[in-house]
Formats: sequence, C-alpha cells, structure tokens
Amino acid sequence: MAITAFLIFVAFVLGLSFYLGQRTRTSSGYYAAGGQIHWVVNGVAFAGDYLSAASFLGICGMIAVAGYDGFLYSIGFLAGWIVALFVVAEPMRRLGKYTFTDAVDAKFDSRGIKLAAAISTLIVSIFYLIPQMVGAGVLVEPLLGIPHHWGVIMVGAIVITIVATAGMTSTTWVQFIKGSMLIVFSSILVAAICYRGFTTEPDQGGRVPVHEYATLAATEADSRLTVAEPGWEVVETHEDAAAKAAFAKLARDGRQTWWLISRTDDGVALKETEAVVVAANGTTLINGAPPSAENALRQVGNIEQLRGETDVKSGSISPIELLAGLSDKDTVVKRWKKASFTDADGGKATVYYPTLTRGNVLMRPGLKFKVQGTVLERLDFVSLMLALFLGTAALPHILIRYYTVPSPAAARKSTIVAIIAIGFFYVLTLFMGLGAMINAVINPADSNMAAPLLARSFNSLLFAIISAIAFSTVLGTVAGLIVAASGAVAHDFCDRYLRIPMDDRQKIRAGKLAAFSVGTLAIILGIAFKGMNVSFLVGLAFAVAASANLPAMMMLLFWKRTTAKGIAASIITGVVLSVGLICFSPMMYGQFGLDPTTAPIPFNNPGIVSIPLSFIVLVLVSLSTKNRNSGVAQPA
Amino acid sequence: MLHEPASQSGPDPASEFKTRLGVWMFLLYCLVYAGFVVINLVSPTTMELTVLWGMNLAVVYGMGLIIFAVILAIVYDFACRRRESALADTPAKGGKQ
Repeated sequence: MAITAFLIFVAFVLGLSFYLGQRTRTSSGYYAAGGQIHWVVNGVAFAGDYLSAASFLGICGMIAVAGYDGFLYSIGFLAGWIVALFVVAEPMRRLGKYTFTDAVDAKFDSRGIKLAAAISTLIVSIFYLIPQMVGAGVLVEPLLGIPHHWGVIMVGAIVITIVATAGMTSTTWVQFIKGSMLIVFSSILVAAICYRGFTTEPDQGGRVPVHEYATLAATEADSRLTVAEPGWEVVETHEDAAAKAAFAKLARDGRQTWWLISRTDDGVALKETEAVVVAANGTTLINGAPPSAENALRQVGNIEQLRGETDVKSGSISPIELLAGLSDKDTVVKRWKKASFTDADGGKATVYYPTLTRGNVLMRPGLKFKVQGTVLERLDFVSLMLALFLGTAALPHILIRYYTVPSPAAARKSTIVAIIAIGFFYVLTLFMGLGAMINAVINPADSNMAAPLLARSFNSLLFAIISAIAFSTVLGTVAGLIVAASGAVAHDFCDRYLRIPMDDRQKIRAGKLAAFSVGTLAIILGIAFKGMNVSFLVGLAFAVAASANLPAMMMLLFWKRTTAKGIAASIITGVVLSVGLICFSPMMYGQFGLDPTTAPIPFNNPGIVSIPLSFIVLVLVSLSTKNRNSGVAQPA
Repeated sequence: MLHEPASQSGPDPASEFKTRLGVWMFLLYCLVYAGFVVINLVSPTTMELTVLWGMNLAVVYGMGLIIFAVILAIVYDFACRRRESALADTPAKGGKQ
C-alpha cells in the first residue's frame, strides 16, 4: 500500500510538471513563476519549501530520542520567520528580480557582489541539498526495498524532471500540495496519538507484542564480573569512556549478547541491550544471531512510570494532558543511547542501551544541548539558537519565493500564511516526537524514521500516506533548492557576472542545464555522504546563510553607508568563516573518525563568531571604501 | 545596467511606517526570544516549574514563542493593511505619520 501511494504521488507530480511546463515560455516564468502566484498558494508553498526532511523526519526523531531539545529546533526555525516578515519580506520583494543576488546587487551593479552572492547561494543550497538527498535515500530504502544509492538517484531524477520542465511554477505547486498534505496528516497523526493515550505496555494496538527487557543480578570482585543466574558466562567487559558506560558480553546456549553493567548502591545488575556487531570477517550479527525478518533490532521507547504509577492504560487524553503527564517529575521514560566500540575479537560493536529519564528533565533543554555544562557548551547552545533565528531569512531558496508573487504586499501576506502554517506544524512536531518516544516505534539505529513508524503503529494506510508525504517533503525542498542553485549559476553567474549574451529562450535553456548539473551533483553528494547526520548538515546551511547573507541584507536595508565592496567582503567573510569553523569543529572531527577532543575549534555551531564578524567586516570595508564607491546604497 | 524587479509595483507610501513597525516588532520578539535563551543558560531548572495546566515553563514558553510569532504576524499585517488603505484613500498625505 505504501508503494502504491508513493507511485501515485510521483505520477501526479510528474504529470503536473509536464502540464505546467508547456506554459513556461519566459525566463521570468522559469525563475519566478511569472510573479503571478496567489499569496495564499505562495504562503503554503513557503511552508512546503521550508518544512524539509530535517523538519519532519529530523525534528520528530530528535524529540523522540532527546526530548525537549529537539523542540528547540522547532522554536528556532519558526522564530526565524519573524526576521523574514518584519525585516526582509517587502524590501527584498521591491529590490529583487529572480534571486538573492539580484536583491543585494540592485543598487550597485557590482561584479564583486554578483560573484560573492552567487557563490554563497550555491554553497548554502548544496549544503542544504546533501541532507535532503541523504534523507531521500534513507526513506526510499525501506519503503521500496532498493539500495540507498538507487533511492538517491531516483529522487534526483524525479526532482530534475520537475524543475527542468517548468521551473518555479511546477516547484510551487509541488510545494503547495506537499505543505497542505503535511499539515493535514500530521494533525491526524497527533489526534491518533491523543486517542491512544498513555500506556506502559505499548503493543501498537495489539499488533506487536511488548518485549520485556531482562535484568540479571551479578557480582563484581577484583574487577571480575560474575552472573548470579547459572548458565551465563562472561566473555568480556568493556568500559566505554565516550559513552560513560560499561558493557559485558555474555554467552549462553552458544549465543553471545551485550549487556549494560549497572552499578548502584544496591549492587551490580546487567541490563539487556540491543547490539549490532560486524565481525572482523565482515559478517553481521544482531543480538548474537544473523539478521533475518524475525531477528532485527526491536523498536524501542516507552513509559516506565506515569506520575509514579507503573501499570497504566489511560485511554484517550487531551494534548495538554499529554504534555502535562510527561512533564511530571514522577513520570519516568525509558530512552535508548548508543555506544560504538571495537570488541576483543576485533568486531565493530554498536550497542543500544536503556536509560531512564524523569519527566521534569525530559521536558526541558539539557539532554542534548548542555545548558548546565561548561561555558563553551553553553555558548554552543546560544550559537545554535542565534543561527536558527537569523538563518531562515537568509536562505536563498526561501528568498526566491518572494519574487513569485505580484507585489510587496503579497510577499508580506504570503509570509504571514507561511508563519501560521509552519507554526502550527512545529507545534505538532512536539506531539509527534513525544508520541514516538512513548509508543515503542523508534528504530534505535535511525531515529529519522520515528514519524513514519509512529504512523505504522496505527495502521498501514496512515503509514503509506505519511511515507508518501515524507517523500514529497524531500521532493518539494530539493526542487526549491535546485531552482535557487540553478538561478545562481545560470542567472547570477553566467548572465549577470560573465555577461554572456542570451535571449529569453537561451536563458531558460541555461537554467535547465544548470538545474540538471546541480541535480547531478546533489545525487553524487547524497550517495557520498550516506550515513552523515542530517540535522548537522542542515544546521551548517543555516549557519552559513546567517553568516554570509543576513549581514549584507540587513545593512543594505538599514545602513546608508553600505558599499558594494563592504557587501562582497561581508558575504565572503561569512562563507569562509562559518564553513572553516565547522570544518575544524569537534562534531566534524567525530564525523571523519578523528578524536573530537583534538579539534582546534572547541564548539560546533559557528554563528556566534561568524555572524558578528561578518557584520564588522561589512562596516569596516564600507567605511574604508565609501569615497571610492560610486554606488552607495540609498534607503530602501 | 541595473536589474529591475520581476513584476513592477508602484511607489509604496506606507513603506516608512511598515519598516518602522517591523523593526519595533522584531526587537520585541528578539527580547522575548532572548529571555528564553537566558533563562535556559542562567537557571535551567526554572524551566521545570509547572506554570499552566500541569505544563512546565519550558513547554509553555516554547509554545508561547511560536504562538506569539503568529499573533505578532497577524497584528503586523492588520496594521499594514489599515495604513495602506488609509493612504490609498488620501494619497496626498504620503507616507508620513
């Protein structure tokens, strides 16, 4: 059923694209849908453009595993729209033609700005494209049963077709349909979560038996671990410094499994985990046996206690009751963490182990972002919130949507529709994430599938629809990004920077060729970055956009002394600093197998350094070049 | 050669009013958003306090930031529309307050 829903959706969007493609005759039609999209449609398309795989799959998954900290992304992503509405929307619509570069260059006609802004657009779009393509592969792999790289190629080919046939017009309608469906069916999913209510025995409506994870009593003397129950043999133990946890490999009936060593004042206990071990010879074992349909990682996440009670089946509850119940200090939720290490046989072990978290801790920041940690860890949190707040209004694929409506007032009104739609969806993310957390639907190896798996716990039809929507989420955002990136290459660089003479038909052809090239690059990168953290890369795109584009836009609008050289220098400074700081951050070191503690930059989110420096460079360069620059900005 | 907008729109006499209102509303939201970040940094456990219908401060403040953004957006649009229509009726007065 999921495959049928998926195929129907793909056939529909391709048919729509070919139909609209016959009506796209001008470059204005290709890049800006002729500037004639209705503001309500544009507003919902904004939501469809913005609510990417990171919003739907990533945030729900992060809330499911890290509680309230995932919701911080929802808050920051939505807050960014305030900057877009109050500061950027109407002035950008008045200044620009097709792209971000047009807007910042409108009063200068500077080759330096054209080049810098085109590079910035391309880099931000590509960094944003990579996680979308990786997400597409992750989604299609279980849905259609095809390898990750074929999933990425298929998604890339469909999106290139959508963009190359009708450009912004087909992209707008795909985003409109996707945005509408996402909000409607997410609401249905939240209603289903509340209807099911709380239960300490999450059996997915009786379809999946609840697995009781075992606990074994043990003793420890002279660093030697012994299991109290007969029949169990301790093969090896492992103290994992990174996870700050200890594990024991036990053998019984010829099967070896990993257990968490829990040391308390009451003694030592061993708690059952889930583990994937890739042996030195390449064979994979899941919980000590070869993988099969019957032997796969179990889905996890449940309530252990609700307000101190251990045997709960509440029946339907209100959304407020859901939040209140989980916030209670006497509510305890079982979450799962991950530890990766090499075992004594040289095998690569990945152990997923349980941890109990109280509701009062779960429902406030702190599990992922260390707001009670060191000064640097706290600054990292501030830096993230800053980049999320300032990044949205500077994303090129969002900015180009201001040019698809007929007037600045329509740009403002479509932004308000977008804020209402996106705000409502982000409220829903908290319920969907928490619903996944307590209904035993989290795949411990990949939290990104939390929302679709939550839908499957209700019924197959909802799963099919939610999967099709998740896929359309990727399609809609990737289409917008490819339009933005192709505009940077064909319009900003070839047409305006290199000044290659082209008539209108040639401009459309150049745009389509650029879309094909960028789409092909996205496919290659999507395959190359398989397994990389999706949210991390999206965060990088926000940080680069906030550092490179926002200072230029803000100062252009509000500081009369801004010069062309100041803007170009600010954009380049923002791009180089933000990308450079992230390349040498602990998280990037960890991604490439290096020791994160040796990273020269001690924080992961660069915004707190790169955004102010980009502003400072713009001011200093503008002041030093104001007498030599003929194109000083006029008030907007 | 300067680049022209995708579709031409006439002069906007209300633009000065809208810019000023937008900046003030932006600063107001910044203040509320900064308050959220500061409480988390200075006193994270304050976020655990139950403040409304059994929900804690973190949930209420976080949801509040989203709802506040929507309310501000609607108020801003309402004010802009009123000013635009008022100036459209009396074009000679221009965009000054």
